[in-house]
Amino acid sequence: MFERKGIIVFVAWRELRFARGRFLLIGAVVALITLLVGFLSGLTGGLAAQNISSVLQLPGDRLVLQQPDNSDPSFATSSLDEDTVQAWVQADGVESVIPVGIVQSRASARDTDDPTGVALYGLPQEAPAIGPNPLCELTPDSDTDVGLSSDAADDLGVEVGDTISITGHDFTVAAIGGDLWYSHTPVIVMTPDAWSEASQRVGGTGEATVLAVTGDADWEAVGADTDTVAETPLTSLTALEAFQSEIGSLGLMIVMLFGISALVVGAFFTVWTMQRAGDIAVLKALGATTGSLVRDSLGQAFIVLAAGIGVGLAAVVGLGTLAGQALPFVVSPLTTFVPAVVMAVLGLAGAAFALRSVTKADPLTALGSNR
Amino acid sequence: MIELQNVTLTFPDGDNHITAVDDVTLRGDNGTVTGITGPSGSGKSSILAVAATLIRPDSGGVLIGNESDLIDAAQLSKTDATELRRERIGIVFQQSNLLPALTAREQLQLMARLGGGSSRHRRGRIDTRVEELLDAVGLTEHADKRPHQLSGGQRQRVAIARGIVHEPEVLLVDEPTSALDQERGAEIMQLLARLTHERDTATLLVTHDLVHRDALDDLVTVIDGRITTPAAGHALTR
Repeated sequence: MFERKGIIVFVAWRELRFARGRFLLIGAVVALITLLVGFLSGLTGGLAAQNISSVLQLPGDRLVLQQPDNSDPSFATSSLDEDTVQAWVQADGVESVIPVGIVQSRASARDTDDPTGVALYGLPQEAPAIGPNPLCELTPDSDTDVGLSSDAADDLGVEVGDTISITGHDFTVAAIGGDLWYSHTPVIVMTPDAWSEASQRVGGTGEATVLAVTGDADWEAVGADTDTVAETPLTSLTALEAFQSEIGSLGLMIVMLFGISALVVGAFFTVWTMQRAGDIAVLKALGATTGSLVRDSLGQAFIVLAAGIGVGLAAVVGLGTLAGQALPFVVSPLTTFVPAVVMAVLGLAGAAFALRSVTKADPLTALGSNR
Repeated sequence: MIELQNVTLTFPDGDNHITAVDDVTLRGDNGTVTGITGPSGSGKSSILAVAATLIRPDSGGVLIGNESDLIDAAQLSKTDATELRRERIGIVFQQSNLLPALTAREQLQLMARLGGGSSRHRRGRIDTRVEELLDAVGLTEHADKRPHQLSGGQRQRVAIARGIVHEPEVLLVDEPTSALDQERGAEIMQLLARLTHERDTATLLVTHDLVHRDALDDLVTVIDGRITTPAAGHALTR
């Protein structure tokens, strides 16, 4: 296959075998960086899911939060009174407004003294959802019922029909399902009235904390009139402090690892290409085109990167699957394949820096005793 | 055939220019080895560089080929000059300049793959000649060895085979015996002469060592960039 490309791999492949120690070393470095990036990506994905998976299930084009006078919007402190809700309901272009309450509290199975941190969602029964929505499916019919996410049920050790205690009141588990989390706590869904009472018992106002709004309104204008801010579900996540700090620091580490990867690969191939500058001059003197030599060099870098990234990726999937049983770790194309592609692209970019030695090599130096 | 016609080559040196090749006219016919000798710095390697299209002369022509397809290599673009070297010129370097990662056989096979294109015809033609040439230079049993596993003479023989494996019309040889003892040097010179005659190649050979002059058909001497004896080829000083 490669032979059809002329010099590509004919020389590069033989150099890989000849200097296998050096290439194994750089391949191992690439594999280790891939493992690090993959693990950080998987962990970031897992932590992100434990922060936001329930928020992303809220049925609205925009999520509306209170806009404080002197600080940024926050899911934890937002409180929207009835006037604000009505202002959004009556705004031009708004099709539906679902008042949602979110508050963190504790819950325990009845007759036990082993509370578990949970996120209480107050959702109306009529909340519209496009397609299957694990959050809305947990909405109970009765103020004395609750729906539990799978992890909440596991943590509490309860099944459908069991009774749990939340802020001193008993509720019957009416439904269990969905991998739903909010700020690292599993989700329990209540009716709006039951949630309002629970919110007040833990020091809240009992008013909705976020509105899930659908429609095509003048979001900024309505927001300015009501001291609120309307964001898409994804952009609203910055109002989750834990998410912002975790993802910010982990994301920075991933970006730095990408940069290190490009630098390491670039430095290796720069030194390697400088070492073989004499050979490149000879090849040019014999009639090799600069283009074919560039392809040869990039092909060599690609082989090293593909092998290193492949090994690293296999390790990420294998170890990540094991880690997922004990850690919030996500093995998905987004946390494995995408970082691998970015690594390959940046690695090739790093290798491309070394090409100057190839393009500038003077075949004249092959003559005489210049080498 | 290769013919340098009134070639002049200068190099910048501060505000001045140094004349490395001064109005040189030189002809190498098919089937002959033309030696170019002279003291160090006389310009003989510069003549070879111009002949190899590695550097463009300030003036003059470098004619390569036969009457039916004669081209002036001095007028070619870089791309065309590269193609000319690949297709019609063979070069044997002073230090053999073999690629360390390639075996002796692969050094020759490389010549079929330099273009980066997919000329199967060219590759097939060259590949069929590899074994024949390895045999011709006496290296069949060393074909799978890399340069560091070969002696200096063996390396130079591989370089000679590499220089002619693609059947060039012109073979340019730069000090092929400088790193060899006298006995090995004589072997290399005889090999070059034999292959030149057998394959009807026009060979220009730069050497400062006239111990092996018997292998040459013509010999010119270069001093200060000028040919002093004789004015053109065909007058071997023996």
